[in-house]
Amino acid sequence: MSVAPAEVEREEAGLDAVPDTPWVTIVWNDPINLMSYVTYVFQKVFGYAKPKAEKLMLDVHHKGRAVVSNGTRESMEKDVEILHGYGLWATVSHDR
Amino acid sequence: MSGGAGWDSPGGDAAAGGVPDELDEEDATGAFRRARGGVSARFSTPQAVILRNLVSQLAELMEDTAAEPGLAGQEPPWPEQAAQEPPGQEPPGQEPPGQEQAGPGEQPPSLEDLAAMLGGEGPASPPQDPVLARLLPDAYRDDPEAAGEFRRYTEQSLRSGKVAAARTVLATLPEHGGRVRLGPEEAQAWLRSLNDLRLAIGTMLGITEDYEDELEAAAWADPRSAYLEAYHWLGYLQDSLVRALS
Repeated sequence: MSVAPAEVEREEAGLDAVPDTPWVTIVWNDPINLMSYVTYVFQKVFGYAKPKAEKLMLDVHHKGRAVVSNGTRESMEKDVEILHGYGLWATVSHDR
Repeated sequence: MSGGAGWDSPGGDAAAGGVPDELDEEDATGAFRRARGGVSARFSTPQAVILRNLVSQLAELMEDTAAEPGLAGQEPPWPEQAAQEPPGQEPPGQEPPGQEQAGPGEQPPSLEDLAAMLGGEGPASPPQDPVLARLLPDAYRDDPEAAGEFRRYTEQSLRSGKVAAARTVLATLPEHGGRVRLGPEEAQAWLRSLNDLRLAIGTMLGITEDYEDELEAAAWADPRSAYLEAYHWLGYLQDSLVRALS
C-alpha cells in the first residue's frame, strides 16, 4: 500500500484531485437523492463551505461522478462508510 | 439526482380535523420548518400512518438479515447504543465474508410488504436485490474482493444505523399525526431515514430523473401511481427538512 502524505488537504479535493494522494472517495450520480440533500451531506460530512459542496453536487449531477475527498485508503473507507450511512452512492478508488 | 419538488396536493389534509389543535390554520401538513431548538412539522393522520408504515417496513428490511438472532422478533425501543456495538456480538472477523445478507432459505422481507404500505396490491414485486444493493452498496466498484471485505466489516453497523434512525422516526411521530418537534440529533435521524425510504421506493419503482412526467402520466388505476405519489411527497418532506436545517 502506498504511503499517504502526512497532511491530507481535504480542501483540494475535486475532480482534479491532487495526484500524490492515491486514494479517493467518489460519489456517483443517482436519480433519487435530492440535490439539496447531497449538498447538505457534503457540508455536514466534510465541513465544506456551501459553494464547494454545491459545486461537487453539480459535478456529480452533470458528470455522473465526482471525487469528494482524498487521502489514505483507510480514511477513504471511513468516508465511504459515513456516506453510505447517508444513503449516497459512494465508492473508494485508487486514483491512478 | 433529483431537483426536489413542489407539492401542490395537500394530500391527507382532509383528516386535519382529527389532529390535536394547537395548530395554526394555515400551517400546511407534511413539511418541516425551523422551530425553536430544532425543526418542526405537522402531519395529518393519513400522512402519519403511511409514514410510520413505510418506516417500519424499512426497519424490518434492514433488521431481518442482521446477524443478531437474539433481537429478532423482539420489539424493545431500539437503544441508540445498539448502533455501536451490541454486547456479546462476535467480532466481525468471525462472520462469513460478504454473505450475511441472505442465508439460504431465509429471504429478506418481501418488497410486497413495502408495497403493501399504501394498501392495495402492488405490481409484481421487482427483484429484492436492487433495493438492498442500493441501501447497502458496494464500496468498491471494480474490486469484488475489496468490496466483500469492506462489507464484512461494515454492513452490520450500516444496517444498525439505518434501523436506529427508523426507530427514532417511529418514536417521534405520533401514530395519529399531529405536531412533531425534533432536536438536532432526531432531525438527522429523520433525514437519513427519509432518504433510505426514498431509495427503497425509488429503486423499487425504477425511478428516473424524469419521474415527475411519469407521475403525471400514470393513470390512477395504475398501481404504481400510489407509490409515485408517496415517493413524491417523501421528496418534498425531505427537501423541507434539509432547508429547515440549512
